Amino acid sequence: MEHIVILGNGISGITAARHIRKRSDKKITVISAESDYFFSRTALMYVYMGHMKWDHLKPYEDWFWEKNRIDLKNGWVQQIDFSEKTLHFKNGDKLNYDKLVLATGSIPNKFGWEGEDLDGVQGLVSKQDLEILEKNTKNCKKAVIIGGGLIGVELAEMLRTRHIEVTMLVREKAFWHSVLPFEDANMISEHIKSHGVDLRTATELDKIIPDENGKVSSIITKTGEQIDCQFVGLCAGVRPNIDFLKNSDLAMNKGILVNSYLETNIPDVYAIGDCAEQQKAIGQRKPVESVWYTGRMMGETLAVTLTGKRSQYNPGNWFNSAKFFDIEYQTYGWVWPKPKENEQHFHWQHEDRTKAITINFDKKTNQFLGINTFGIRMRHEVLDRWLTENREITYVLANLKQANFDPEFYTRHEAEIFEGFKKNLQNAQTT
Amino acid sequence: MSNIEHNMSITGDAPKSISTTQKIASAIGLTGLLILVLAIANFNFPNKSLFLSLSLGLITLGTAIFSIDAYWGKHAGIKNDGVWFKSLSGKGFWAWILGIGLTLFYVVLYWFPQYLGLNSEGANSGVIGLFDPLSKFINGGPASEWFAYGTLYTVAIWIFGFKFILKYRHNRYEIIRTCSVMFFQLGFAFLIPEILARLNKPYFAPTTIWPLNYDLFAGYRLESFISGGNLGVSMLIFGIVSIFVITPILTYKYGKRWYCSWVCGCGGLAETAGDPFRQLSDKSQKAWKIERWVIHSVLVFVTVMTIAVVYSYLGENSDRFWLTKDVFLWGSAGFLTLLFALIMIFKRDQIQKDAKYGAIGYLVVILAIIGINYFSGNWNIFFFPAYKLREWYGFLIGAAFSGVIGVGFYPIFGSRVWCRFGCPMAAILGMQQKLFSKFRITTNGGQCISCGNCSTYCEMGIDVRAYAQKGQNIVRSSCVGCGICSAVCPRGVLKLENGKTEGRINENEVLLGNDVDLLDLLNQKSQ
Repeated sequence: MEHIVILGNGISGITAARHIRKRSDKKITVISAESDYFFSRTALMYVYMGHMKWDHLKPYEDWFWEKNRIDLKNGWVQQIDFSEKTLHFKNGDKLNYDKLVLATGSIPNKFGWEGEDLDGVQGLVSKQDLEILEKNTKNCKKAVIIGGGLIGVELAEMLRTRHIEVTMLVREKAFWHSVLPFEDANMISEHIKSHGVDLRTATELDKIIPDENGKVSSIITKTGEQIDCQFVGLCAGVRPNIDFLKNSDLAMNKGILVNSYLETNIPDVYAIGDCAEQQKAIGQRKPVESVWYTGRMMGETLAVTLTGKRSQYNPGNWFNSAKFFDIEYQTYGWVWPKPKENEQHFHWQHEDRTKAITINFDKKTNQFLGINTFGIRMRHEVLDRWLTENREITYVLANLKQANFDPEFYTRHEAEIFEGFKKNLQNAQTT
Repeated sequence: MSNIEHNMSITGDAPKSISTTQKIASAIGLTGLLILVLAIANFNFPNKSLFLSLSLGLITLGTAIFSIDAYWGKHAGIKNDGVWFKSLSGKGFWAWILGIGLTLFYVVLYWFPQYLGLNSEGANSGVIGLFDPLSKFINGGPASEWFAYGTLYTVAIWIFGFKFILKYRHNRYEIIRTCSVMFFQLGFAFLIPEILARLNKPYFAPTTIWPLNYDLFAGYRLESFISGGNLGVSMLIFGIVSIFVITPILTYKYGKRWYCSWVCGCGGLAETAGDPFRQLSDKSQKAWKIERWVIHSVLVFVTVMTIAVVYSYLGENSDRFWLTKDVFLWGSAGFLTLLFALIMIFKRDQIQKDAKYGAIGYLVVILAIIGINYFSGNWNIFFFPAYKLREWYGFLIGAAFSGVIGVGFYPIFGSRVWCRFGCPMAAILGMQQKLFSKFRITTNGGQCISCGNCSTYCEMGIDVRAYAQKGQNIVRSSCVGCGICSAVCPRGVLKLENGKTEGRINENEVLLGNDVDLLDLLNQKSQ
């Protein structure tokens, strides 16, 4: 029986395993050194905040794996011999495979800052990171977070629940402005500040200063300001976790290079999820996408390939979601931080500054290109359809009600949004 | 039932102290409680009206100040910080103390009310005596243990309802629903029956429907309805119409939530006072299996018991009333068989195999009981007279299950133990909801990140995540539609909806975002 070995038990690897099992009887082994069982990485923050316990993070009960004949192996792979098709573990074990799926995920970015490896300095990606965080913040009064992305704001929220003072250094002129248009980024920045976070925009880290015990004691920004702290969170993005594969024949760039079938340059070796890099970009997507659902989709696609039907990874319209303290965010299609040449943004914001919508459309053809929503839930199916059907902006605005996914009895703003757009458009025409 | 974890989480304890205002509020509330405790200890208060008002007033005030301090100063939004670190809400020491205390209270209330000061011969003393002035004011007579309990119950729903509204004030569904629960408890479950009693009419709470109100068809109740004139008879008719007409129609349109989390008093207490414990319900598949067997067994028990009770009340021949023992018995057997047949013919695809076998088994058992007893002629269920059976039901289910376990175990097994495992009303509404209703919880395409907040905070122990991550609509008979899964979801994935019944159970496993190739493939596979 063919033996498929999956390295990594995150969403990509586990989705692949589950779907291979659904479609075949092959022998499946999933290897991880991080945790015995699959858990939802996206929910790590809720354990620290006391919303959930570790066991709640496991989407499947422990008996699930044996029942579905998916072997789980806890071990650290040190080296892979691709010619012999053998994995070499740190403890000396060996394991042979017929097909190998690399789903090793990502690790926090470090940019060679002075002091980045000090005690009390860490990122937040793995289960072990969470355990260290617990230790590092035990008697912490003040923390500094480097980077203004999704992990950064989550870490800020986590620390605030433990009454730790938080300073957040963001390179852009507003939180996550590398992704969000300024109005959106600005609104979220204000919301973050209203939760007692000292958000410093246009500020970068220069170096991290240790105390006499080698523990972090302060940081210095590029403008020379010194901020005392007992903890530094490195949240300036993540990169593929592929260092152990260097000096092998595997073709790699930032991540493991794959074609659109998720195949690497070595036969019978595949890569999916955060660690994979598309040789040829798909649409306007980045070649490396560290997103939960793309990992899931790659896993499902590869399972189809491995069970007999070679299939291309071909994700549909871009979407994503997040939550910034109390404000939910969803996005469908593309809304760039600055409109491209032929594009125009329509921005609507509720007066209480917790709800907003930004729609991106083509100035010439009026085609609807994408939408950001804050504090208003949207129906994925409807927006996905509109994007695929190349609907015009006027159609989207007139039918926005159909796309609303807010709970019953919620206040609706479609009429207001429509009026706002009309005014916006008139202004645009007169100027 | 559950695997108790000794380690609360992989992370250690977090700060969980309360603010000074909260400490003062606790002191005020506990002072109010102390008056009740002193009354239980037979401390004789000089002015009962004053001290009862003082007690209830202080408890209300303390809870209100505590809630305002806990939630009002913060941003509106989900605030479950530290829930699993706190002793009370994380199955710690205080949870056990509270659980044991509540359980003991229920044991005394149900079986030893004399220790609370109930005196059927002379004047009440103790804590029940403290409620005498209020009871005289409302219904004209001295307090019973049920009057005292009903008052406390209503106060609990109101003060914790206030807290609940503050906590979920960003969510209008939760606010409106909680107001509804508070209104129905005060008006329909507490005041109306007491006022009816004052007017010398039969005791009747319009919101407790058979089989939750298992006594509705007991001989003494039937007598009181029939002797209660037009009003009494109309109550009886309303009671029957509630079961066979009003309930199914409302459940068809809105799911069982219209009752379980908008009207019902048991649900009302669970949603308000029980809210800090909702995360404790067991989500394992094993618990789900146990739940389905236990709750449906209770339903069978109450059905058999009711048929027996009514049967023993009715006469042999049609001189007095057209409904004779024979007509009723064969009518019941016929109705149950017809109901079963209709479900099996039209809805068999929606029932799981074990549920089918269970249903067949239960129908055979009920019909066999009816048959054996009919032919043996003395109508004794397994050699018990009908009233004995009712007593046993009242003891096991009405008292021990719904009160002692149902509420007493809130801090250990979660707030809806009774609704989930025991309530026969929930079982009936659940069948209607699963098979015929327009209600479902829809999931939002590919946005689910399997974080598990929904499952953790589901008080009914439904593994909501299991459906959401597959993109399936959630149609479960146990769902009471409290809406918390939708509220706690950080990605806005869940929505409670009433829609067309076609395509309600959506088995589409291909999530949005996947390419068309995969869709084609799955379609080919299914052809």
